[in-house]
Amino acid sequence: MTVVLDQVSKVVAGAPHIRDVSITLLPGSINVLLGPTLSGKTSLMRLLAGLDGPTYGRVLVDGKDVTGMAVRQRSVAMVYQQFINYPAMTVYENIASPLRVRGAPRAEIDERVRDAAKLMRLEPYLERLPLNLSGGQQQRTAIARALVKGADLVLLDEPLANLDYKLREELRAELPRIFGGSKAIFVYATTEPSEALLLGGNTATMHQGAITQFGPTTDIYRAPRDRQTAEVFSDPPMNFLPVTVAAGAVKTSGGQVLLSSGTLQGLAAGSYQLGFRPSNVALAATGGQTIAMRGTVAVSEITGSESFIHVDTPDGRWIALTPGVHDSQPGQPIEVFLDPARFFVFASDGSLVRAPQRASVS
Amino acid sequence: MARIELSNLSHAYNANPKVPADYAVKPMNMIWEDGGAYALLGPSGCGKTSLLNIISGLVTPSKGRVLFDNLDVTGFATEKRNIAQVFQFPVVYDTMTVAENLAFPLRNRKVDPARIGARVREVAGMLGLTSDLPRKARGLTADMKQKISLGRGLVREDVGAVLFDEPLTVIDPHMKWVLRGELKRIHRQSKTTMVYVTHDQTEALTFADKVVVMSDGEVVQVGTPQELFEQPAHTFVGYFIGSPGMNVIPAKVSGNQANVGGNQISLAWSYGALDSSKKIEIGIRPEFLKLVSGREGYPITIKRVEDAGRHKIVRAELAGNPVCLQADEDAEIPADAARVSIDAAHVHVYADGHLVRA
Repeated sequence: MTVVLDQVSKVVAGAPHIRDVSITLLPGSINVLLGPTLSGKTSLMRLLAGLDGPTYGRVLVDGKDVTGMAVRQRSVAMVYQQFINYPAMTVYENIASPLRVRGAPRAEIDERVRDAAKLMRLEPYLERLPLNLSGGQQQRTAIARALVKGADLVLLDEPLANLDYKLREELRAELPRIFGGSKAIFVYATTEPSEALLLGGNTATMHQGAITQFGPTTDIYRAPRDRQTAEVFSDPPMNFLPVTVAAGAVKTSGGQVLLSSGTLQGLAAGSYQLGFRPSNVALAATGGQTIAMRGTVAVSEITGSESFIHVDTPDGRWIALTPGVHDSQPGQPIEVFLDPARFFVFASDGSLVRAPQRASVS
Repeated sequence: MARIELSNLSHAYNANPKVPADYAVKPMNMIWEDGGAYALLGPSGCGKTSLLNIISGLVTPSKGRVLFDNLDVTGFATEKRNIAQVFQFPVVYDTMTVAENLAFPLRNRKVDPARIGARVREVAGMLGLTSDLPRKARGLTADMKQKISLGRGLVREDVGAVLFDEPLTVIDPHMKWVLRGELKRIHRQSKTTMVYVTHDQTEALTFADKVVVMSDGEVVQVGTPQELFEQPAHTFVGYFIGSPGMNVIPAKVSGNQANVGGNQISLAWSYGALDSSKKIEIGIRPEFLKLVSGREGYPITIKRVEDAGRHKIVRAELAGNPVCLQADEDAEIPADAARVSIDAAHVHVYADGHLVRA
């Protein structure tokens, strides 16, 4: 099944929830909706599911307009943030329920339930009630039920948000394998860039009800179309350095002149925002980091393996992510080093002019 | 400001605990120094919230005492303990303005109105709420409301401790970065004892000077973020802290060598005879395994490579044991067979899960 949203908008009580979204979802694809809370992820899922109708635009399934069609007539399964299972039924019966509703033969039910349980690593728990399972196992059960339904469109709305960090990490690593063997369209909403990266597939970055970009996940991460997209797809948040280029000289808002090498080479005169990820802010110049900037430490956060140092500079507050422990004290002067090959160069209208140069292509 | 001491403390929700599994909090002693930033870290059901509720007075422990600055407060109700609390979900009065919400804990204690105004503006400034002060709280987003809750927790300067129970759960990732940094800064300024409960290692490790790791009602390690990372006292700590967690591999250890399926892995220290009835394993964090070319190192079979953006996560097998390692963003990863070097200084030995010190 192929689903197309054609210039779809949704207005609720005068407030636009979805703005002019056009997107094509192909069978066997994983599609991540990435954006902060209230960016329109859930609204878009409800339109895809047929739970809501668009105010403007059309929803097409295999070329056929289904805009007004009831959700029951569409082949859709949903998994929500809250773990929703039937509390009085065993895990087995929970997974089997969509097949029982359809009146599938016993043997088929048994085979499909056991296949789904194996895939979701639920085999030891089939006879338990949901209440006697961990949150991760409960959500696995809900996902297994969605998979067993055999729907053409599977919508998952922040399915890992209510799980512990470690369970989330484990399930996240398994999901590409679980989705991979299916012909269904998977649509997966999340607020977390790392989740989008690990799921792979395609990503649609969302901001204020609009899709700012849609394409292969790593392409968007490495070359976001504009600043808005880059910000949605950054955790820790991307740092920015405003510069102006005049007569070939690149000058920062703080008055420093930068050597025009790397992505800065040959930029046309004008104003730009240089975006750079915290992992590309170094505390020592070891290679290409030829730009030194002075600042003071606002706060440093240490995770044991890495430190996140929040640095106030004349050009704004930045975060530096460095390996090892740097227990810098607030107010302490600090020098940070930037690699001109690692800038995202955005024009004054926010559009991407240059993306970071990669050391090698793998 | 207070020093918190938990003395011979334990808690069970049923009346007659007999086996260790009956305890939500197993018998423990702990001292939290005045002005410290502590995190209670562990998975759901590990007892961290029970322990926090014992400190706040929402739960009375079955055994033992809670002391604030040597004063036994075990029998005191929450409001007698002079603490502030911030919960997972926002506690905000919708009909009040943001300013009135922030002022509420001070008004209740009849603080001088001029002082209230100044303090409310100060806290609002810290949390980026200044322009919202005159607004009614009704209709604000969940993360705005949670910022108000944080403000209410931080507005009193005279509290003995501020207790946070998963305070950033409803906050978007971007705002988490801002708020975590702010909380850390606020702690440094205020010098109030703060206890922060979370299952999120990043929140715990970045906020706290000392992290208390709990598993199954038991404190398995108390340490600085660096200690937890470099010297996990238990394989659970190695697994729970770090993303991905520590590789734990069955091995035969003799002297300064660990044998994993015929591979002799060098250790930094020499170990005496280990109890043969115990399960012996070595722990190596993914950060200390490095892909190498040529003949050095140990052979691995690469199973899968995940692109995490700023680095790659390589899932492989070493003599049939699953191992995980990190590679640079731009690293070329061979398709199947490769070799890894292992940093001997960061290989730990565990017996039945517990760190063996050489």
